[in-house]
Formats: sequence, C-alpha cells, structure tokens
Amino acid sequence: MSAMSLKDYRGLCVFVEQRDGRPARVSLELLGRGHTLADKLGVDVMAIFIGENVSEIAQEIIYWGADKVIIADDPIAREYRTEVYMNIITEQVLKERPEILLIGATAIGRDLAPRIAARLDTGCTADCTELDLDTEKRLIVATKPYFGRNLMADIICPSHRPQMVTVRPGVMELKTPDRERRGELVYVDVDLREEDIKVKVLDTVRSTSEGMSLVKADKVVAVGMGVGSREGFEQVKVLAELLGAQIGATNLPVDVGWISEDYKIGQTGKTIRPKLYIGCGVSGAIQHSAGMIHSELIVAINTDPKAEIFQFADYGIIEDVNEIVPALTKQLKIEREDVDSEAAR
Amino acid sequence: MNIVVCIKQVPETSDVGWDPKAGTLLREGVGGILNHNDKHAIEAALQIRESHGGLITALSMGPPQAEDALREAMSMGIDKAVLLSDKRFAGADTLSTSYSLSLAIKKTGSFDLIICGKETSDGMTAQVGPQLAELLDLPQLTSATEIIIQKNSIRIRQKLEGSLRILETSLPALVTVEREINHPRIPAMDSIIKAYRDKDVQILSVEDLGGDIERFGLKGSPTQSRRVYTKEVRRGKVSILKGEPDEVADKLIQTLKLKGLL
Repeated sequence: MSAMSLKDYRGLCVFVEQRDGRPARVSLELLGRGHTLADKLGVDVMAIFIGENVSEIAQEIIYWGADKVIIADDPIAREYRTEVYMNIITEQVLKERPEILLIGATAIGRDLAPRIAARLDTGCTADCTELDLDTEKRLIVATKPYFGRNLMADIICPSHRPQMVTVRPGVMELKTPDRERRGELVYVDVDLREEDIKVKVLDTVRSTSEGMSLVKADKVVAVGMGVGSREGFEQVKVLAELLGAQIGATNLPVDVGWISEDYKIGQTGKTIRPKLYIGCGVSGAIQHSAGMIHSELIVAINTDPKAEIFQFADYGIIEDVNEIVPALTKQLKIEREDVDSEAAR
Repeated sequence: MNIVVCIKQVPETSDVGWDPKAGTLLREGVGGILNHNDKHAIEAALQIRESHGGLITALSMGPPQAEDALREAMSMGIDKAVLLSDKRFAGADTLSTSYSLSLAIKKTGSFDLIICGKETSDGMTAQVGPQLAELLDLPQLTSATEIIIQKNSIRIRQKLEGSLRILETSLPALVTVEREINHPRIPAMDSIIKAYRDKDVQILSVEDLGGDIERFGLKGSPTQSRRVYTKEVRRGKVSILKGEPDEVADKLIQTLKLKGLL
C-alpha cells in the first residue's frame, strides 16, 4: 500500500456484535473507547451492525458512541456465519475506508477479524488489553500481554489500512450511554444468496452461559493453588456465597478439575474489573493478573510474603487461606444472623 | 481423506527473559516443545484417519530445531512432516505465516481437511487458522468440540460464549479445535524412536515455495511490534492486616464495610 493511499482512510469503525438482537457488551465497551480515540484523531465513529430484524436497537448504538450506524438487516444474516459477515463488513470497509477497525475478541470476533484482515491484506492485532494512539502518525497502538513473565507488547500496523484490532471483553470501561446523542442510521442492502454460502447452521443450543456472570460481577473471590486442597476450595466457595461474590480461579484449579474453564480469570480466561477482588492463595503471576489488575479493590490472602500479588494488592493478609477463610466465614455468618434476627423482630 | 495439521514449536516455559535495550526476547537456551493445543489437532486428525483412512501431513514453520515438534507429531502417528525453514521467514506475523503455509499446502498436493489447534501458547492470537482458510479460499469451522466426517461434508459442534452450534460445510474445509475435543495420545517409546530414526522431515525454503518474496517474514508482515516491555503492576503500597485469624478477619470485614462493599 503506498503512502498516498494511507491518507484516503479516515475514521474509526466498530463492528457491533449481537446475539438475539442484543449488542454484545464488548462492542459497547469499544464504542465508548472508540469515541474517545476518534475525538483525538478528529474523526467520527462508524458502527457496522448486522443481523435479522435488528433495526430497532440500532438507535441505541448511537447513544453508546457511534456517529453513524451502518445496518445490514437481512434474513441471510440471522445467524452469525463467517462468510456472510465477512462479505458485508469488507464491502462496507472498502466503501467507507475507516483507518481503524475494532472488533471484540469474542469467539465470533476472533473467527471473523483475522479472516477480514487476510481478505483486505492488512494487519490485525489479536486479543488486546489496551488501546492507545500515536496521534501524529495516526497509528493505533494495541497492547497485549506477550509471551513470558509480565511482558507486554505494543503492536502497530504502520503501512496497511484499516488497522485492525480485536479487544478482550471486559478490559475497556463500559461508559454510560448518552441518550441525547444524535447520529445517522444507514441501511444497506445485502447482496448475498443463500445457495452461495458454504456453511450452514443446523442447530443452535443456548448453553447456560457459565462464567459470564463472572465478567459482570461486582465482587469476585478467586482461588489459586494456595488453598491447598479441594476442601479448602469448598470453604472459599462458602465465603464467596456469604459475600454475594462470584467465584473465579487461576489456571491450576481449572487444570486439576476443581472448577470449569468458564471460571478461569487471566490471559487464557476472562478479564474482570469488579469493585472487590479477593485472591485466596493466588500468587498473582501475569497469567492470572492480566485478567484482574483493573479490579477497584484488591485483597490478597497468601502465606508467601514475596508473592507477586502483594505488589499490586490494596490489602494483604500474609497467612494461610485455610486459617483466614473460616474466620471470615464465621464472622460473616454471625453478622448475617444478627441482621436476620433484627429483621424478624 | 487427506489431512494437513498445522503445528508450532513454542518455548517450553513462559519464564523467559528479555533484552530491554533491543526489546526482544532472550530465547537462547530455552527449549522448544510442541504447542499443547496442537496435540489436540493431531489427535483429531489421527481419529479421522482411523475411521476414514488417508494420509496426514504435519506442517510447521520455524527455525531448524522446530523439526523436533514435527518428530513428536510423527511419533504420535502423523505420516509425513514438512517444515518451512529459512531465515527469510523470520519475524512473520500471522498474515505472513498464513501466506507461507498456504503456499506450502498448495505445493503439498490434494487435501480434504486442514486442522489447526485453538491457538499457540506464545502468540495466543488464534489467527492463523482463519487467515489460512481465507488464503486457500476454504470454509472455516472454528472452536470445534466435535468433528463428524460424512461423505463429502463435515459437521462440527462449535462452542461460542453462551451457545453451542452445529455447523456443516462441504469438504475441503479448515477446522480449528478446542482442547476439550479429545485427549491426545501419548506416543510409545518405539514410535518415538522410529520418528527420529526412520522418518524424514521435508525442509522447504523461500525458493521452494515460490510466491511473492515481499510477503515473507518481517518484511511481509503488516503488524510490527513497536515495543516489548515489562509491565509495572505496582499500584501503590499494600496495607498488610496483621494479627490472629479472627482479628484479621474482623479488620477486613470492617474495612470492606467502610468502603460500602459489605
């Protein structure tokens, strides 16, 4: 791509993923972050929204930060299929020429984005946790945890457009929608025929989205191998319940089968930013901390005073989890009984 | 039923250092292993061969020592191994890697199915599968937890967040597999010995592939790493709560109450 043609690309585009007509939370996070970045570049935010009978909620996308929403509403797009979505998005990108294209790193986003990048012969940085700008060069700087201990890499795409990035759900702050915002809704025709689409969806089964509540939770209690045993783990679960917190885990408890993969927090799991995080026997290695470092208040319980988690925790307890957790549970139970008997009176 | 499995050799430990001046990883002296997710791709291919016959080729790109990962694949039962190894492939991002692999696959001859693991443990991008599918103009079925081969078609169970789907497409196609799809077999000692003693790894260079020289390696990579650095995760000083367990528990509960978290 020549230097001249780079200038032909202006604006920031967010692909807004939906399921059952509801925009994915990560897409709303990206609209908020995208809006801030677009302001710095002095450009508009365009959103691409695809599905069947989804037009009604397109207006909402403007409230979350888009200036223009391109809507492809067609029966062929009822279920997500790579080929259908890729064709619609690449067509719009070639027409609108945004310099930046952001996509949430969900299973769908990670299926779709790399294929679009290959079709458009451009770069796509996968599964980023931070987005920034080099405003002078109009480059998006995408940061991702890199292989190795606490290593981060800043990735750029200097000479291809659009600069594509997939962003981890949960890492960008969810802004408040502005219902006063005005923008443009543009409906586009979908010029695809069912007989040309190679993949068929034979069935879709909603599975209880285990672990998704973890991403939204205000309070999270995470277990690491420092709990020592399955019994220790069960005790932490009781504590989590008393606190009204969701349970989560580092890699090892998942690997040994104490808890399902859906509850893993970190580089290969979920990213959370709760108001309260309590790490029980968690050492705080990057594999886990990459997914919880943005928690508002971090409490760490670990016997090892040198554990990495004490480098970034707000409150630390250097003690065996199996001593502290039962003590916490006991006191919380007493308090609850007090409240209950108070209420009964 | 001919299958190509794409695999990668990754550093055996995540505990590698880095050179702050050059901003590069210090990978010297760190051993390489077969990427764990790729073992599930190999196992999936082996199970398909057991019921449908055919030949499985393992394909990789990397420095000469990446041959070991291919030998490990052969010890599990893979028939043939091809390694793209040439200094001019170095520094390739996912698009350039996919381009190189796509040329090699075209050269290797006819195939019905390409299988990739979920993602590598070093780059963790999960991008090579879909990009390879695009460059070979194949339908892609990602995040498979089950594969069923019919006559000329393939059906998978796909795991998305909050739903499972059954997808079907015609062959040839590309599939990426989740770890839960199977339990990779552990090769027997004699097959390990055979994989090293009796089998060959075909090495291909840039010249062997043909293609556009501008699209290989660092030069052919749209994305570039601008900076690699250690992240300071320090947020301020930690307050250590001290005392007997009951005292500490009480202190924590009072603190959480004060902050409106209880």
